[in-house]
Amino acid sequence: MRSFTKLTSKIIPLPYTDVDTDQIIPARYLKVVNKDGLAEGLFDSWRKLEDGSPNLAFPLNQDEYQGAEILLAGDNFGCGSSREHAPWALTGWGIRAIISTSFADIFRNNSLKNGLLPIIVDEETHASLFDLTEEAPAATIDIDLASQTLFLPGGEKVSFEIDSFSKTCLLEGIDQLGYLLKHEAEIAAYEAARDF
Amino acid sequence: MNQSNNPKTLYEKVWEAHIVAESDDAPCVLYIDLHLIHEVTSPQAFSGLREKGLKVRRPERTIATMDHSTPTISLSFDSADDMAVAQLEQITKNCAEFGITLYDAESDGRGIVHVIGPEQGFTQPGKTIVCGDSHTSTHGAFGALAFGIGTSEVEHVLATQSLLQSKSKAYEVRFEGELPFGVTAKDMVLALIAKIGIGGGTGHVFEYTGDAVKALDMDGRMTLCNMSIEAGARAGMIAPDETTFEYLKGRPYAPQGADWDAAVERWKQLPSDEGAVYDKTVTIDVSKLEPMVTYGTNPEMGIQISERIPSLQNMDSAAQQSSLEKALSYMDLKPASTLKGHPVDVVFIGSCTNSRMSDLRAAASILKGRKVADGLRLLVVPGSESIRKRAEAEGIDKIVRDAGGEWRFAGCSMCLAMNGDELEPGQYAVSTSNRNFEGRQGKGGRTILASPLTAAASAITGKVTDPREMMQ
Repeated sequence: MRSFTKLTSKIIPLPYTDVDTDQIIPARYLKVVNKDGLAEGLFDSWRKLEDGSPNLAFPLNQDEYQGAEILLAGDNFGCGSSREHAPWALTGWGIRAIISTSFADIFRNNSLKNGLLPIIVDEETHASLFDLTEEAPAATIDIDLASQTLFLPGGEKVSFEIDSFSKTCLLEGIDQLGYLLKHEAEIAAYEAARDF
Repeated sequence: MNQSNNPKTLYEKVWEAHIVAESDDAPCVLYIDLHLIHEVTSPQAFSGLREKGLKVRRPERTIATMDHSTPTISLSFDSADDMAVAQLEQITKNCAEFGITLYDAESDGRGIVHVIGPEQGFTQPGKTIVCGDSHTSTHGAFGALAFGIGTSEVEHVLATQSLLQSKSKAYEVRFEGELPFGVTAKDMVLALIAKIGIGGGTGHVFEYTGDAVKALDMDGRMTLCNMSIEAGARAGMIAPDETTFEYLKGRPYAPQGADWDAAVERWKQLPSDEGAVYDKTVTIDVSKLEPMVTYGTNPEMGIQISERIPSLQNMDSAAQQSSLEKALSYMDLKPASTLKGHPVDVVFIGSCTNSRMSDLRAAASILKGRKVADGLRLLVVPGSESIRKRAEAEGIDKIVRDAGGEWRFAGCSMCLAMNGDELEPGQYAVSTSNRNFEGRQGKGGRTILASPLTAAASAITGKVTDPREMMQ
């Protein structure tokens, strides 16, 4: 897994609540047997017009956000289907952190396994970040995972929560499977002790 | 294992019985009894195993099926597109290489993953069950702890039969009273989601309790648990009882003989203890419930069929207002209008939510002796091949065909429109599936979620219809 330590980026605003994983990557893109090329389908129905041409009103298509790595999303981002293709499509596009007031459980779990950092902020910070994207779209913010801090323009700092295990995995780029495999003896003992 | 005598919830009991290892600075290592896989969310997990040189630790605890991208017009899969064929070939190869039982095209037991698990008796009370599919919550109807996982986690379970999990909070969803005539489990769960919201259950595991839940048959309980995820819950569970045992007894993979008696004794210990504490509780009186229909682009946007779509002014926040505006614009519906009577182009009866015998029988009770409206397309897709055959033995296929509907082979079909069964842009569908997200049933398609009764009634009139008007 790609590690996550620090990130400085512009913020792409996506001011919709309850964005489901069908919007992040529609089912018609799920017929792949690998993880390649999914970025092509990212927000497909919103990013493309009916004739397939780019919808220039959609932030991801706008010149100023090319190369931006932070997505600012509405509440309950990533609800619905458990498809890990959603974080694969986002990271394939270049997104490395998502800021919202809440995330759906499965999406959050999937993101953490792909070096994609979900950051939960309070409503006030959330609103002020959307204001920032309106007033100064070129502004960047810094994310420092080690200190669990967002550094906003003007010097304001906002701290965020993350469990220590996920944090360590992200900082060091550790695949969680390695950790599980170390429990082989305990797994075998558990199986042996079961009386049915 | 925790040996304390504190009263425990059903969820806590199943959770604690599966703890392999606990530590302060990492999530729990939780043992997984049953792993279900399908063609769409498993290929990359097997690739991961190969790259790391790993085996499937307990192949007999994984069961595979083909459901999401399979055509429903024939059993041969000849009509599948090249990518779907490649995906179906991949799961065949993966299962053969790693020694996993696969319900493939030729298998009588093939069907939607959440339909065949219970049907074959793999799903049992007290088990931990996972699948790379959010509707794994369905299996909670048996008192199992069942939840959807991502593909990385599919790889974890294949390699270790375990998962890293943090404990959720317990949320009691109490349904009291007696369901009125023409109102079903689907309407109960749509009413719940409308009440607590699409994120209302985030971080929680539901336990459905109350007289109205006890009174449901297993098919209804599965419908209820199936849509737990649509309120954001990690899982939904129902305490096992005689209804559960009656359903499971004699199923191919249920315990037999003395093992059965021992299992039932064990399962009887699972219901939440008197005085067990939930982190949250919501109570819904079902006796006043009507058939539910959704008007928007997520399952929380539901109303009773006699109600009007909300008006923008009635929304609590600006965010909710803009969310409603966006949804109604997509649906091309007007705020404060009624949905009842709105024209419908397609009716889809199927999906892991509502494709079981009782769902098909309910639909057939309305379709029998009637014709679908001119120009309306009715698609009925059984949840498994075994259900299809039972339904055909009862003549349900004939009732559907005589009414002018299409009777199909088993699969997920138009629930997520991966297999060629899809809406055309702009079409309205009344669907018994679980998600009305934008484009879910086909790009530009508009979904109205409802029960099989409401769907069948709407197929006859060509409009969103209260099924009670057609029932005796």
